[in-house]
Amino acid sequence: MEAKIGFRNTKSVIFKGIVVFFAFVITLPLIIVLIYIIKQGITQVNWHFLTNVPAPVGEKGGGILNALWGSFLMVMVAAVVAIPVGMAAGIYLSENPRTKLAYYSGLCVDILQGVPSIVVGIVVYFWIVKPLGTFSALSGSLALAIMMLPIVIRSTEQTLRLLPDSLKEAALSLGVPYHRVILKVIVPCGFAGILSGITLSIARVIGETAPLLFTAFGNPYLSSSLTKPMESLPHLIFTYATSPYDDWHNLAWGASFILLMFVLILNIVTKVITRKWKIQL
Amino acid sequence: MSILLVLIILGVLATLILESMPSIKALGIGFLWGKIWDPVQNIYGAYPFLVGTLLTSFIALIISIPFSYAIAIYLGEYNPKGWLSDLLKNTIELIAAVPSIIYGFWGLFVLVPIIRTFEMKIGVAPYGIGVFTSSLILAVMIIPYAASLGITLIRMVPSPLKEGAYALGATRYEVIKSVIMPYTRSGLFAGVLLSLGRALGETMAVTMLIGNTSAVADSLNNAIFGPGNTMASVIANEFTEADHTEYLSALIELGLVLFFVTVVINLIGKRIITKFTNN
Repeated sequence: MEAKIGFRNTKSVIFKGIVVFFAFVITLPLIIVLIYIIKQGITQVNWHFLTNVPAPVGEKGGGILNALWGSFLMVMVAAVVAIPVGMAAGIYLSENPRTKLAYYSGLCVDILQGVPSIVVGIVVYFWIVKPLGTFSALSGSLALAIMMLPIVIRSTEQTLRLLPDSLKEAALSLGVPYHRVILKVIVPCGFAGILSGITLSIARVIGETAPLLFTAFGNPYLSSSLTKPMESLPHLIFTYATSPYDDWHNLAWGASFILLMFVLILNIVTKVITRKWKIQL
Repeated sequence: MSILLVLIILGVLATLILESMPSIKALGIGFLWGKIWDPVQNIYGAYPFLVGTLLTSFIALIISIPFSYAIAIYLGEYNPKGWLSDLLKNTIELIAAVPSIIYGFWGLFVLVPIIRTFEMKIGVAPYGIGVFTSSLILAVMIIPYAASLGITLIRMVPSPLKEGAYALGATRYEVIKSVIMPYTRSGLFAGVLLSLGRALGETMAVTMLIGNTSAVADSLNNAIFGPGNTMASVIANEFTEADHTEYLSALIELGLVLFFVTVVINLIGKRIITKFTNN
């Protein structure tokens, strides 16, 4: 009897050991990747790197200004499109959860979340690139906006659903019209949650390459025109990483470092917002 | 705005079907198991890519399951609160946040040489790039999806159930094995499905690491360690080069298949979760 209990306890301890081992081991690849990118990238980054366009093969120097600017511009346009649409849909879903339309659009959000990004690229190619006859930053932005939508919608919906009904009822009982209740009471109360959804969605799409391959395409020069091809950070990394030149690899390491920093900062901002908001609630 | 959402999905579906019509008409259902993909000869078969996609995803899934279950059990049961738990949870979430292009780039320059030495040791052709390498990176990328869902589900197990088992003298391992696991089984399975959905559609990291050959491998060793191609990677590589209608629409048909498979897998996963949380 004693021995059996001892055996069972040992088995329990060994199991815990295995679980702890596996749970912590998986952080290793992340740490290794982070350290490697930082080590390779940080030596590349300087003022010249940030303010110049890539140099042709064989020439020294060159930077990633075109990609930085392109990523910034395309993500901004995507956000301008996705945030109002996403918030409106999210408000609708949280206000009318039981209608037929809410059911189908909820289903569509789920579908959209699972659509591979490359498929979004194909579809936007036929929606915008083919009719216009040229790759364009606008099409890239639309592809990114479609990728942002589900995250913005879900975070808006979930935040607003957590708000107590009494808040809305109090405002309505004061005779405030419905649309003003939504805009002036409900949305400001859930603002932090919606904001965290927005930063999270930006963090998600800023590193997206696949939908940009057939839409924004890439451009070795600095461009601000939405109807022309535009470079972006992830696309620049892809082109230069798969090229055979060492100079270009270094450029790609530097760009990876910058991209990684953006993503990390955006994720930390999201974390800070959600944490702060949860304390207030 | 919600109507717009429905329209987007319908639009996506309509576009994919419409644009792949030429290839559906010309090749019929045989497209799915045609073994030869030769755009120059105008022969299109999706079999190599179906196999490549399934193989990379399933190897990745098998590698990832022990890790995601371990994380779910550790953070859900052993250590649900405290700074160490928060730190580990945030780190896991960060794994999902790193863009896939960065994993691909890192894999190409760091992982590939390591795999090459490994392949020389075990005596298979030392390509370095290939199905196995992509699966490894994929495994890391998909762990957070199953893990974070698993954590939430395991924390939802009612404590009276666990306390009852403890009161009967069960050890921690026995409680996990006979109370927590059976209770959360369907939910954990849904998490694995969501991971699978991710893996099937993942493009950039796989494109950079898989080697991109459209030929069917001649042996099992070559199928696992040799270069291959997935549906997503062949689209990424060849879409802008497709110079005639049939070629292009064959690629789009691949996209359509990919769309259907991932959507179905995701919806099943979501359904299971909704059912689980409602109970």
